[in-house]
Amino acid sequence: MADIVFWIISALTVMSAAFVVLNNQLVYSAVALLFTLFGTAGLYVFLWADFIAGIQILVYVGGILVLVIFGIMLTNKIKSVRISHKSMQQGVGGVVIFWFFIFLFLALTKAPWVVTEAIEPVGTVRGIGILLLTDYLLPFEIISVLLLGALIGAAVLSRGDS
Amino acid sequence: MNSLDSYLFISSMLFCLGLFGVITRRNAIAVLMGVELILNAANINFVAFSKFNGMNLDGHIFALLVIVLAAAEAAVALAIIINIYNNMNTVNIDDVSELKR
Repeated sequence: MADIVFWIISALTVMSAAFVVLNNQLVYSAVALLFTLFGTAGLYVFLWADFIAGIQILVYVGGILVLVIFGIMLTNKIKSVRISHKSMQQGVGGVVIFWFFIFLFLALTKAPWVVTEAIEPVGTVRGIGILLLTDYLLPFEIISVLLLGALIGAAVLSRGDS
Repeated sequence: MNSLDSYLFISSMLFCLGLFGVITRRNAIAVLMGVELILNAANINFVAFSKFNGMNLDGHIFALLVIVLAAAEAAVALAIIINIYNNMNTVNIDDVSELKR
């Protein structure tokens, strides 16, 4: 049962990702990106990463996707939902990416990864919180300052010259 | 579902689709969506290796940092794209080549 759900979720993720890069309507691409992000969150649940799955939905779906849709709406003269745009060199790009995928897949699966079995934890929030405030305190602080700087920079940039 | 290889397969597929989007699309926002796919693929790898290395939570921390970086990157990139649109009236990245002259 869990196997079937896993493969359904991964098929949903990969197929909607393909839709994102192949479709010509920008808004449809953004909606397909929603399903990709939800599928990724489902994969995190299968990987026992409950906190990351929640953050994925909060930040990606609630934040980044809304930003992307705002960007689409602000950079086109909106007449309908069908905001189209063109892709270039899809044939050559497809061949190159296909061989790159074969290379990547073989490299990743042939590598002798050391797999250590683990038991399923009750929750990861406690462990992540402890790690963030002990071993990873400096990266945590740096990333928060960087986020603040990026948000102020984005606000200043998009305000224009006024 | 209990093997590392299936997750690596899915994440390499997402990575390749994202890279395909980045190199073939000409709308700057569509390129940004490709970058988001690439970051998601990297995140799946982080969390998968974290689980299959004895539920080591270090990978989760890295995935969190990547998500925060993706949020910052999306905000700044969209601000830049909106500026480009206001100044040049296009978001086609082939037309935005002022620096090449």
